[in-house]
Amino acid sequence: MKVWSIAFNTFRENLRDKLLYNLLIFALLMIGSSLILMRLTLGEFHRLILDIGLGSINFFGVLIAIFIGIGLVSKEIEKKTIYTIISKPVARFQFLLGKYLGLSVTLLINTAIMTAGLLAVLYLQEVPVHGVLFKALGMIMVEFMVITAVALLFSTFSSATLSAIFTLAVYVIGHLTPDLKAFGQKMDGLSQTVLEGMYYVLPNLERFNLKGHVTHQLDVPVSDLLIITAYGITYTAFLLLLASVIFQRRDFR
Amino acid sequence: MDTAAQPVVEIQSLKKVFHVGFWGRRVTAVDGLSLEVLRGEVFGFLGPNGAGKTTTIKMLMGLIYPSSGTATLFGQSIGDPAAKAKVGFLPESPYFYDYLSSREFLRFYGHLFGLWGTALERRIEELLELVGMTHARDLQLRKFSKGMLQRVGIAQALINDPELIILDEPMSGLDPIGRKEVRDLILRLKESEKTVMFSSHILHDAELLCDRVAMIMKGKLVACGLVSDLVGQNATQSVEMVVEKLGPESLEHLRPFTEKILLQGNQTLLVLKDQHHVRQALDLVRVAKGDLVSLTPHRSSLEDLFIRKAAGLEPRLQEAA
Ligand SMILES: Nc1ncnc2c1ncn2[C@@H]1O[C@H](COP(=O)(O)OP(=O)(O)OP(=O)(O)O)[C@@H](O)[C@H]1O
Ligand SMILES: [Mg+2]
Repeated sequence: MKVWSIAFNTFRENLRDKLLYNLLIFALLMIGSSLILMRLTLGEFHRLILDIGLGSINFFGVLIAIFIGIGLVSKEIEKKTIYTIISKPVARFQFLLGKYLGLSVTLLINTAIMTAGLLAVLYLQEVPVHGVLFKALGMIMVEFMVITAVALLFSTFSSATLSAIFTLAVYVIGHLTPDLKAFGQKMDGLSQTVLEGMYYVLPNLERFNLKGHVTHQLDVPVSDLLIITAYGITYTAFLLLLASVIFQRRDFR
Repeated sequence: MDTAAQPVVEIQSLKKVFHVGFWGRRVTAVDGLSLEVLRGEVFGFLGPNGAGKTTTIKMLMGLIYPSSGTATLFGQSIGDPAAKAKVGFLPESPYFYDYLSSREFLRFYGHLFGLWGTALERRIEELLELVGMTHARDLQLRKFSKGMLQRVGIAQALINDPELIILDEPMSGLDPIGRKEVRDLILRLKESEKTVMFSSHILHDAELLCDRVAMIMKGKLVACGLVSDLVGQNATQSVEMVVEKLGPESLEHLRPFTEKILLQGNQTLLVLKDQHHVRQALDLVRVAKGDLVSLTPHRSSLEDLFIRKAAGLEPRLQEAA
């Protein structure tokens, strides 16, 4: 219950963030830009619109997760609002979890709005919608959960700017992990160890990417979705645990 | 219930060292502090700027960790949620979520204590009434003045009907009326058998309110005890005398009895060393045909103790450096 109170308060705080609206408007503009595209050959046209739409939702959602995520904890410490929370019978991990869930709710609603935008574009451009689209959106949401946890973890021990850089790096490299391993195998010695280490430690974000399935109308079995979701949840839980351990030791000064 | 005074707050050789700057320069904010706050008392925690009051209080509230030493609240080690449930806390110059109205704000903090529903709503109305903020119940906190924030801050500290209330400079930012209201509030809390610990620079308030005070300087305890004892310890009272029409040569006669002589126009301010010199001084004034304007005994106060302790500490610290 305490966790949800903190989550709800975080959600209200997010709603007051101008950045959120700016990013949301940009995302909708990007998605809407497909409306002015000329009709190319039919198959490619559909593919392009879905590609742009899912790409925009993913990209802007990640930006929201990162740029609001890095401020979740650091702002509370900076503004000293955390003093009155931690001095109440609230464990530090409960505070962290509440902040995390609050932003997750914000992201869920944002994704819903961006999805509505995409659906409107698809309808107007007469692009058929298949069930796999919603599966892909679900996996994008799971990816947001992981990225938010990464941002939260970094923000428990580094400055907002550094946290943003680190999280962006994780996002970019996380989408390259399969290449990372292949690339590492061509190297030798230390470079190979480092690249393989990164392959195993960083999240494999490409697993959440089902854009290819959507554009090629290939269905994804539910069992695969469950495995991917389980992977995301496990990874997130691990990140939040690590964040709690670090946060527990911090002085608020 | 056991009425024998038992410690609610127990601090033992508490120490906090901060590492500041790139090189991690060590700053000892609290240095081997030990003290107890007893059940049902109003305890003043006094000291000049940078003495370590806020640092100590933050350690008690589990916001920062001691470098060494221990502290307990209700016998439970600090940071224990069970202990925190019985404590109310007002931070120094409080910062709150400024997009909330006072009611939403108090509701949020109520939830953190596991309070919900009508019982909580009733408590919120009571508290807004108590701190005189009923008129601003639906106003967002960012539209509040500093004193108004301080008031909802105090309401926030009382939301769980705490047994122990820790206030870091509760009077700061308040006008004289507000300060009196806070004083009355503290006395009312004492009447309802709560324990109050507050920090302050305003020694006058502490003297009016506190059963006991602790004075710290540079992180170390320099005095602790009943206000009456501390003030009594240095009962040598000085007397201020203002006279008119006194010639320079009669001033010379008076000089042996005085600590200080100040000329202000045709008036002269004489600070007599103690009350035993009053009669001799008055005789001399009469002989010199001077007029007595006023005679004020200067009651010794916490402030004198404070200033003496501060002065006494300086040379020692310079030696150490
Ligand atoms: N976050 C911090 N980092 C480094 N040093 C600190 C920090 N907070 C406090 N200090 C140092 O610790 C000492 C005590 O500070 P503290 O805030 O506890 O004093 P205080 O008694 O509350 O003073 P005031 O009456 O001005 O509020 C000061 O020398 C201060 O410089
Ligand atoms: Mg202070």
